[in-house]
Amino acid sequence: MDLLRIATAGSVDDGKSTLIGRLLFDSKSLDDDVLAAVEDASRRHHGDYVNLALVTDGLRAEREQGITIDVAYRYFSTETRKFILADTPGHVQYTRNMVTGASTAEVALVIVDARNGVVEQSRRHAVIASLLGIDHIIVCVNKMDLVGYDESVYEAIQAEFAELMAEIGVRDLTTIPMSALHGDNVVEPSANMSWYNSEPLLRLLEQVPVRQGLDDLPLRLPVQYVVRPHRAEHHDYRGYAGSIASGVLRVGQRVSILPSGHESVVTAIEAPWGLVEEASAPDAVTVRIADDLDITRGEMFCAVDDPPQTTQEIEAVVCWMDDRSALRRGDIYRIKHTTRSAKAMVTGINARFSIVSLCGEPDVNSLDLNEIGQVSLKISVPLACDDYRRNRVSGSFILINEATNATVAAGMIGEPQFSFARSER
Amino acid sequence: MTTEIISPHLRPESKHLRDLESESLHIIREVVAEFDRPGLLFSGGKDSAVLLHLALKAVRPAHLPFPIVHIDTGHNFPELLAFRDRTVGRLGLDLVVGSVDDAIASGRILAPAGADISRNRLQTPVLLETILKGRYTAVFGGARRDEERARAKERVYSLRDEFGQWDPRNQRPEVWNLYNGCINPGQHMRVFPISNWTELDVWRYIAEEQIELPEIYYAHERQVFERDGMLMALSSLMQPGHGETVGTRTVRYRTVGDMTSTAAVASEARTPEDVITETLAMRISERGETRADDRSTDAAMEDRKREGYF
Ligand SMILES: Nc1nc2c(ncn2[C@@H]2O[C@H](COP(=O)(O)OP(=O)(O)O)[C@@H](O)[C@H]2O)c(=O)[nH]1
Repeated sequence: MDLLRIATAGSVDDGKSTLIGRLLFDSKSLDDDVLAAVEDASRRHHGDYVNLALVTDGLRAEREQGITIDVAYRYFSTETRKFILADTPGHVQYTRNMVTGASTAEVALVIVDARNGVVEQSRRHAVIASLLGIDHIIVCVNKMDLVGYDESVYEAIQAEFAELMAEIGVRDLTTIPMSALHGDNVVEPSANMSWYNSEPLLRLLEQVPVRQGLDDLPLRLPVQYVVRPHRAEHHDYRGYAGSIASGVLRVGQRVSILPSGHESVVTAIEAPWGLVEEASAPDAVTVRIADDLDITRGEMFCAVDDPPQTTQEIEAVVCWMDDRSALRRGDIYRIKHTTRSAKAMVTGINARFSIVSLCGEPDVNSLDLNEIGQVSLKISVPLACDDYRRNRVSGSFILINEATNATVAAGMIGEPQFSFARSER
Repeated sequence: MTTEIISPHLRPESKHLRDLESESLHIIREVVAEFDRPGLLFSGGKDSAVLLHLALKAVRPAHLPFPIVHIDTGHNFPELLAFRDRTVGRLGLDLVVGSVDDAIASGRILAPAGADISRNRLQTPVLLETILKGRYTAVFGGARRDEERARAKERVYSLRDEFGQWDPRNQRPEVWNLYNGCINPGQHMRVFPISNWTELDVWRYIAEEQIELPEIYYAHERQVFERDGMLMALSSLMQPGHGETVGTRTVRYRTVGDMTSTAAVASEARTPEDVITETLAMRISERGETRADDRSTDAAMEDRKREGYF
């Protein structure tokens, strides 16, 4: 059984909660008492039918206001796969939640209402998924029952999405016609849409490749923690603990340690399940090397023949997430990149991207809550980093406001996944 | 190729467990590297046993560089306390106990009348007091997001103010595996390394890693009586009320909290594998079935967390 992380997004009332409730219910991941509580609540709130959407209702304020405030995580599994689903609210003002959910996901589910087609929100969701480097987007064309299960309605939406995907550089697009309410094409195939000749959503989710290509990338292993037992039987032991971000690590392999620039040879790898000859992402390992070097947290073990760039100046796409301040040129933040913390000064805001029009407005003064733009940063120490499009771990960072300690931005090093047209001011 | 296998029951069909395990180790190592005074909440229950197992792996072969903290409600199952002490002795751990009984005896908190009243709420002030006294800046907990709907929305790093309160509307975004461990004076972080594990994942891991648990997690004979549809253990704290009759049943516990608020389930499962088989067949959530404390209202857990519960 392997593990797949999914992010969902849909605008209010497109049926996202119903779909998730259906996935959990039909895959038997829902307990009877939870279901009973939902039936009970359905009766209290709405009247006579079981509202599967209530399965996913979280906090009291959300139930009272009938909206979703924050990312919620759901779990379900089949014989072959465990799924972790980041359920993100779809309102415009919650872009930061979508970024949060999408940051670790390998698949994005975008839900659209068949009656409305591709609305601004659906575009927004697809674009954010693409910017965050998600390769697989599955568009659920929901509420097909309300358009008489009409194939031509579905095809029009499919065509419109295909066009958008080409524009925003998504490699793998799948669309599914469904009715979350009635269960058509969610877990069970639909009897109402014989013209659809692919599989229901759950079967497709079982087939999405997991962590595709990570082993083929050059080795990246940020050092998290230096293990020094200080015990008689491990007197000279020094192990470097960290999680492999990409590539394959082997005993006997020569590695470079950046940014300090040392080189050494791996003598032992301890995986959580014991000593191993090789390990790969996402294993959390402890590594020992041949030389007695002064390596600390924040260094990175890298492939000798394909190192990351080591630099104090980076360009990055950032999503601003703070509601109490804006990002401005000259501001200084704390940056956390892999396991390295430093200071970062904003030396330029090169563009603000509109994720609706796909245009970039050059040289702006600030980025506000939920705005995405391209910035230049000067870092107080060298960072060993990759382009985010190549490596989601060594290419990502967060910015922290040093006064409030709040996480104020999510950053992706390099250019965006696709180019935004330049807008005239 | 593997040269030495420490986990003898490692199976390819449980690749997902290995991914979850690595994620948990990553989180634990971040905390150990970035916080000056961590502590690990250890109730003796299965989730905290798994958490402790993971923490030991995260720093292996070094000793655990922080204490384990037990909030003793005074209503614990004796089997749990024995397990706690056995574990501490075997591993040479540093144990810190925050005692609800002591807090009541010294008048720091007021005990509600009646022996069989749950002390769940009383745990919260004692937990805070213990965190303050130990000056812990990060406290590991074994909570999982699949347990309850307020938990489903909680971050892995859950920031708490001076009062231990959780503010669900003001959580820090948590992106990639970049955790923000910066706190202001007086604040502390609750950290949940097994957030993404389900009940079944926990049991499968216990089976594969052969993690020891208190024996009450497996089927045993016990004198119980039925209350509100739940099987409560007969003890000095819990006596049958009018019309409730005591009988000997074969039971086990799915979760273990206070004796006054945790119910047993009828079960013949005597090994972790049996429990897995039973869990797969069962369709009632663990909190719904066995925790009287979570059945009081729709938002019981949310309210308790806001007040500082873990
Ligand atoms: N007819 C029909 N109604 C649906 C379908 N899916 C959801 N709905 C209804 O649409 C409304 C909004 O659904 P909900 O899941 O709460 O939407 P959310 O805001 O995206 O989570 C509810 O009244 C649902 O019952 C569907 O496939 N067909």
